[in-house]
Amino acid sequence: MTAFETWLAMGGYAAFVWPAYAVAAGVLGGLALWSWRRHRRSGEVLAHLQGQFGARE
Amino acid sequence: MLTRLANPARFMRVSGTLLPWFGGASAVVLALGLVWSLVIAPPDYQQGESVRIMFVHVPAAWMALSVYLLIAVASGVALVARHPLAEIAAQAAAPVGAAFTLVCLATGSLWGRPMWGTWWVWDARLTSVLVLFFLYLGYIALVNAFDDSSRGARAGSLLALVGVVNLPIIKFSVDWWNTLHQPASVLRLGGPSIDKSLLLPLLVMAAGFALLFVWLLFLRMRTALNERKARALSLYGEPAARRGDSAPARSPGLATGPR
Repeated sequence: MTAFETWLAMGGYAAFVWPAYAVAAGVLGGLALWSWRRHRRSGEVLAHLQGQFGARE
Repeated sequence: MLTRLANPARFMRVSGTLLPWFGGASAVVLALGLVWSLVIAPPDYQQGESVRIMFVHVPAAWMALSVYLLIAVASGVALVARHPLAEIAAQAAAPVGAAFTLVCLATGSLWGRPMWGTWWVWDARLTSVLVLFFLYLGYIALVNAFDDSSRGARAGSLLALVGVVNLPIIKFSVDWWNTLHQPASVLRLGGPSIDKSLLLPLLVMAAGFALLFVWLLFLRMRTALNERKARALSLYGEPAARRGDSAPARSPGLATGPR
């Protein structure tokens, strides 16, 4: 086994270590992506409305 | 500092400046923490490589508790001082806290299987953290359950305050009851009992999670303020929105407001 394969095998705990990190990355990354998109959209909607009402901001 | 920030317009300015810094810092610290946790840190003498699960499990648990405490404090401020920014902060933090709790439960389960021989056990620590997860979900559901958003926010604030009794139960469950879950090894009297080679990456990951939380909190609070302002603008036209009024959900002059 190469050093990389040894590392991937995690001393036999690969089936538990990697899913743990995947769940953390998936849940937190997903939340971050969703929050970021919603933030951008809310800014666009507000800018559009402010343009409609001629607000200077 | 807090009272000065507690003005929505000023909050938007300050958070807009800080947002990229917190985002960048959390990315850098989390990247460092991941390399340290997965490559540099040595395997535990008893648990072997499975101890690496700790580096996400424990910081997620700390965040799950801290974020709930923040929601409870913000809810108390919202109920007493009626400040809209406190409600917005609590509501913005809730999904983030729920996500950390979910990560804590899932990674704990993945760690329990090889170390304890079971995915789940109804001991006091695991059960009280599951209750915390349901408190988060209940808070989010309750806040969104009312047509009148201010009533939803009040009900949610009350639930958040009542649920705070669960926090000491979680923290001390491992001392009060005979649990399968191990007692505290970092936040304990007499200092951490965990070796420095494992403690340092743990603290780096915890810092990364905390920075990520602040970034998400600011991002989600800004989103809520943008949405409130957009709603006020579309309901009442510009003058009301400029005063920073948040529109009540039911109002008589929906279509005929001043333009």
